Amino acid sequence: MKRVLAMLVENKPGALARVVGLFHQRGYNIESLNVAPVHDGSYSRLTVATRGTESAVEQIMKQINKLIDIIKVADLTEGDHHELELALIKISKVVDLTSMKKIIKPLNGKILKNDSTTCVISVTGTSIDINNLLRNLKKNKVIEIVRSGSLGLHESNKTLTI
Amino acid sequence: MKLSGGDMLMRALREEGVKFIFGYPGGAALHIYDAIFRQKKIEHILVRHEQGATHAADGYARATGKPGVVFVTSGPGATNAITGLATAFMDSIPLIVVSGQVASHLIGTDSFQETDMIGVSRPIVKHSYIVQRTEDIPSIINEAFHIATTGRPGPVVIDIPKDITAPENKFEYKKPSKVNLRSYQPKVHPHPGQIKKAAKAILSSERPVIYAGGGAIMGNASTQLKALNKILNVPVTNTLMGLGVYPATDKHFMGMLGMHGTYQANMAMHNADLILAIGARFDDRITNTPSKFAPDARIIHIDVDPASISKIINADIPIVGQVKESLNALIKEIKRSKIKIDSEAISKWNDQIKEWRRLHGLDHEMYLKKSKSKLIMPQEVVQQVYKITKGDAYVTSDVGQHQMFAAQYYHFDKPRRWINSGGLGTMGFGLPSAMGVKLAFPNKEVVCITGEGSIQMCIQELSTCLQYGLPVKIININNQALGMVRQWQDMNYSGRHAASTYEESLPDFVKLTEAYGHKAFKVTQRNKLGPTLEKAFALKDKLVFVDVYVDQSEHVYPMLVSPNGSMKDMWLSRGKKT
Repeated sequence: MKRVLAMLVENKPGALARVVGLFHQRGYNIESLNVAPVHDGSYSRLTVATRGTESAVEQIMKQINKLIDIIKVADLTEGDHHELELALIKISKVVDLTSMKKIIKPLNGKILKNDSTTCVISVTGTSIDINNLLRNLKKNKVIEIVRSGSLGLHESNKTLTI
Repeated sequence: MKLSGGDMLMRALREEGVKFIFGYPGGAALHIYDAIFRQKKIEHILVRHEQGATHAADGYARATGKPGVVFVTSGPGATNAITGLATAFMDSIPLIVVSGQVASHLIGTDSFQETDMIGVSRPIVKHSYIVQRTEDIPSIINEAFHIATTGRPGPVVIDIPKDITAPENKFEYKKPSKVNLRSYQPKVHPHPGQIKKAAKAILSSERPVIYAGGGAIMGNASTQLKALNKILNVPVTNTLMGLGVYPATDKHFMGMLGMHGTYQANMAMHNADLILAIGARFDDRITNTPSKFAPDARIIHIDVDPASISKIINADIPIVGQVKESLNALIKEIKRSKIKIDSEAISKWNDQIKEWRRLHGLDHEMYLKKSKSKLIMPQEVVQQVYKITKGDAYVTSDVGQHQMFAAQYYHFDKPRRWINSGGLGTMGFGLPSAMGVKLAFPNKEVVCITGEGSIQMCIQELSTCLQYGLPVKIININNQALGMVRQWQDMNYSGRHAASTYEESLPDFVKLTEAYGHKAFKVTQRNKLGPTLEKAFALKDKLVFVDVYVDQSEHVYPMLVSPNGSMKDMWLSRGKKT
């Protein structure tokens, strides 16, 4: 089952490598990974999407927690949460802009540029939403894709902060 | 006063109470070595190979409980320390490894003797630092010692580029304040609710077993463990890493458990209705097939590392905390509890264990008396060493059959006396770790029980022993083969001994030891074993190497049947299964 883990990591040299290395060392897969500094910049927030049984994920979280540079870790999929991913997609030139806008509207899609050869769009949604959209875009030639990987946040009062 | 990075490093180590550094100099570490020269408080021990330095520091740490300190240079110096780091990491031993690095401006340019030490060592350290500013040295050292010694201990690497320790760059030495890391707050005290549950479960059990491991030794909880069983009077077993934490000569001690554990210890685990695991991690050399492990037992698991709990075997009552604090709380709760343990049931259980011990317990002495063989049995060597040293020596070992025989037949009554590489199983560990122990306790008997395979992996340290006057006793159980490999080949590969013998190439260990400036004896006959060992141990101020030729065909038993066996499935002797 897919799990979205969120963690706060000290902004220190090699901290990210420790997290990534740990997944490999212990035989877990990273489906997607997103990282950027937050708040005062002294620490970063990581979102890792992975797959595993409940006990495997519990073990991953415990091992992550053991890393000295990890401040906190949470399994967002345990409860209500928001999960969102940003994708930039380059496709071949779009002729029918109106219907394209309609297709991407549910994903807050924007057409960033549409010139004589290519069209670049941006969409946000769950990973499944984006997968579905990409399937729908098959008739347009998809040239290049970049995805941020899942970003996650607890819903309501639950927080992952310092 | 302003200090250079090298002098700061030495001062910071002194403030941590460091007495010895085990190391080997080289280009990138030369500023640091010059700083060693400028001070008198800390003694540097020059080993002959960096692996020896890490094992020596490790042995020192295991015997004293204080972190061992290692200095190596960049590149090959650093990579040679890797095996020792992995060894310490697997057994949760506090080590501080300071590695020289090429100068900051050369990092990433494939410069001479450059290796990414932080990257190479990442999976086998508790934490690591690359020093980027000279002024940070005092606080990094302070933090490194804190991390290495608290929570679940482990090795810490500090990589220092050469320019950081340059003598001309001097800075004010700021004494670091108490370490307080927002990302690292190891738990000390157990949850009182869990302690209550545990006490209730123990007091209502009828077939309990205490299973204590290396964590109980690292957590200095031997006294508490003995106190707990003064009240409970239940059977106790120790892991390979835990030997000595509960006195082996106590009537409740069943011996080691697991792969080569005693019949009674493995049977007790399998048939228990409650297992109290203390600082032990249910590794694969203990549990055999996890799904068949102790089918009737409720599991209480005390460990300072939450990741060790329910990793292999699900714990019914997990307790996260330091072993000492947890046992103190448990003892208090048991004393306070209105429930009283069913002493009739416990006494019946203890009788059952006595019966198992009578049936198939380790009793090699009986066998030896009956044996007419002229060949020396390896077990007998350990038994003789035990007798001569009155069971009170520090014993280090290497890895293989001799290690198992030492664990089975040297009955440790005190913690920190049995020094071996349990988790990683590192051949070459025995001699250098014995050096570390001897430096810490120069007036104590230190014995390295080894084999002709293992000893050759770090034999160069005989030279270090001469330089620093370290009269350890090396007992080489020489079966002229890689015994444990050979045993597996006998049992699982129809006796095809692929690459486990040396033909005629073994060195003359007597000549070899003498060439290194020490004393040596060779024994091949049974009737000479006792007298020769007596003679060796009588030479108090000499390193003595006793090369004992033993029966090559001997196997280590009992041995768990694997794969797919449970703990009650054992080979008891050649061709005889439970």
